[in-house]
Amino acid sequence: MQQLVAILIDGTIYFSWLFIVSLGLTLIYGVMKILNIAHGSFYALGAYAAASAVGAWFAAGLPAAGSYLLLAVCGLAIGAAIGFAVERGLLRRMYGRDEVVMILVTYAVFLILEDVIKLVWGVNPYLAYQPYTALGRIAIGGIGFAVYDLILLALALAMGFAAWFTLNRTRYGRLLLVVIHDREISSAMGINVARMFTVTFTIGAMLGALGGAVAAPGISVVPGIGVDIIVLAFAVSVIGGLGSVAGAAIGALIVGLTRAAAIHLVPEVELFVIYAVMAIVLAFRPEGLFGRPAARKI
Amino acid sequence: MNWQRTTAALIAAGALMLPALAQAQDAKPFKLGIVTFLSGAAAGPFGVPARNAAELIVEALNSGSVPAPYAGKKGINGMPLETTIVDEAGGTTKQVTEYRNLAERAGVDAVIGYISSGDCLAIAPLADELKKLTIFFDCGTPRIFEDASYKYLFRTGGTATMDNLAAARYLLKKKADVKSVAGINQNYAWGHDSWNDFKASMQTLKKDVKFATEQFPKLGAGQYGTEISALLVASPDVIHSSLWGGDMEAFVLQGTARGAFDKRTLILTAGESAMHRLAGQIPDGTIIGARGPHGDFAPKSELNDWFRKAYEARFNTPPTYPSYKMAQALLGLKAATEKAAGDQASRPTDEAIVKAFEGLTFTAPSGEVHMKLGKGHQAIQEIAYGTFKRENGKATLVDVVRYPAECVNPPEGVKSMDWLTGGLKGAKCD
Repeated sequence: MQQLVAILIDGTIYFSWLFIVSLGLTLIYGVMKILNIAHGSFYALGAYAAASAVGAWFAAGLPAAGSYLLLAVCGLAIGAAIGFAVERGLLRRMYGRDEVVMILVTYAVFLILEDVIKLVWGVNPYLAYQPYTALGRIAIGGIGFAVYDLILLALALAMGFAAWFTLNRTRYGRLLLVVIHDREISSAMGINVARMFTVTFTIGAMLGALGGAVAAPGISVVPGIGVDIIVLAFAVSVIGGLGSVAGAAIGALIVGLTRAAAIHLVPEVELFVIYAVMAIVLAFRPEGLFGRPAARKI
Repeated sequence: MNWQRTTAALIAAGALMLPALAQAQDAKPFKLGIVTFLSGAAAGPFGVPARNAAELIVEALNSGSVPAPYAGKKGINGMPLETTIVDEAGGTTKQVTEYRNLAERAGVDAVIGYISSGDCLAIAPLADELKKLTIFFDCGTPRIFEDASYKYLFRTGGTATMDNLAAARYLLKKKADVKSVAGINQNYAWGHDSWNDFKASMQTLKKDVKFATEQFPKLGAGQYGTEISALLVASPDVIHSSLWGGDMEAFVLQGTARGAFDKRTLILTAGESAMHRLAGQIPDGTIIGARGPHGDFAPKSELNDWFRKAYEARFNTPPTYPSYKMAQALLGLKAATEKAAGDQASRPTDEAIVKAFEGLTFTAPSGEVHMKLGKGHQAIQEIAYGTFKRENGKATLVDVVRYPAECVNPPEGVKSMDWLTGGLKGAKCD
């Protein structure tokens, strides 16, 4: 029983982390049809910026409560800056090219940003543990869990709801759905698709960086963290169906729970199960669980 | 006449300089390829401290400022060292190419490098194929010289076997009534070798011990929440871990926040490399290793005092074990080359250096190193373990126990795992 409770809680905590990061990735793909490899770098940049800022915050002896707001502000600010710069400075010149070209372009951005991170922050790990430990822990089923992790779960759910609400209940969201459905017709109907792209890419980058910023207190921020997350985020998005917010949520939940069950019951297959699930889903639904089969345009 | 005086002075000066010029012409540089992580997760905790030590030692050797027993000749046998530093990141395929580049294009005299066990396993056969003098300074897998033998390859650092047997001995000395242990180690050669060695050591030293759970998170996982829950559910007395770098820091951070180490002992076999950085997070009572008598475990000596002082002055941080191991490899190469050269000022042949290196005993900042295993190609040295204690906010080690090299390493010709499972025959611990 204790093990079952642990699997459920661990799975949902892992879900929250994955979902926050995958949401931006899937949003960008859904609207712009760009598999954004640089998303991993946005995550890393958010983590580094947050770790540096939080370090300075506590070094100045400021109260812990403010550090949580600082985390969010750091992630969102650096995500907005880098997302806007990449879209306006680079991607805008590439639209209309093949999807594979866009993958290569974002991969190049990823490699450049990885080196920029090393130039700015060096290679030594950064720790920003204070916000993680300050909230203490809570015992559930006899096992201690960090309150911070549970708050991340609430944040992920709030972000999921916000994404659903924006897409389905706001004017901007509906326009976005139109662009997702057919960008040429949207353009013909007077929707400023170029501006929608800029806004979407910037929001996607902000979500990626926010993911890194809120993860930073619980991890050691080291070079290479962007590589690991992008692979997992792709797996999540592919399982759920690239471009689907609900798909990202279900994909993250499936990966989180399956991985948690594997670690508790058969630790040797931890990595295998994530990709096994992905392979099974792709075998039966190549477009992912929530992806829609698209008619081929001639 | 002024010009006559000037000419005479120039001739005299020239005559005085002739021997020096001749010596300078003789002293062709000794080219050294150094391979260590400069990027990726291993750069911060291992690669860069090793690179820093290499720079420090090479400069000090070239200027002749390394104290005894290396105070005699500058560089290596009078030859100034010239280094080419290569990033170890990128995987084994890239490293094989980089090694070939160093050996065949750059024409280095020797290569010192490799932190990753995977890279060491890939490079080992190449050393003999290209007949290039190569020294592994850090990687821990015992398989290098147990599964094969090499002529041009040496390893001046100890194996994972030594780390984990010593950890088991120390644990049982401190906590003889331990009933169950669990492990969390990375899912690659180093993590599996470390856990297998520790498990076999415990099974031999305390037969009734139970193994609660074995966790193998992937390298660079970052998130250990689920593994920590699994450890808490299994509730062992002791948690063994060979995690390193950011992985170790994240695990300690997350585990401490969840109280995972409140009632159980944590063993960090590579803990010394982050002990000072994590001074506020590592729980008191954690058993710390340094993969040898390195870093805070290094014995007091003129050489060690000089090394620590010079390193701290230059890099504003104390040297950790990767720095010590790099220094050890460089000084081992110097000792072997100068032994091979004898009284000759010229560069000895590779064959002569190899012959001198085999079975050599030399001094490093962390004490005596004996090239005793692998037909004289694999080093053994004593190892120390201690218990972490925070004093005035600073990391310290108490209850330090030192184990002689022959107590924690198998005899020559015996495979580590056979020795561990076969009852540690021939271990000399007194």
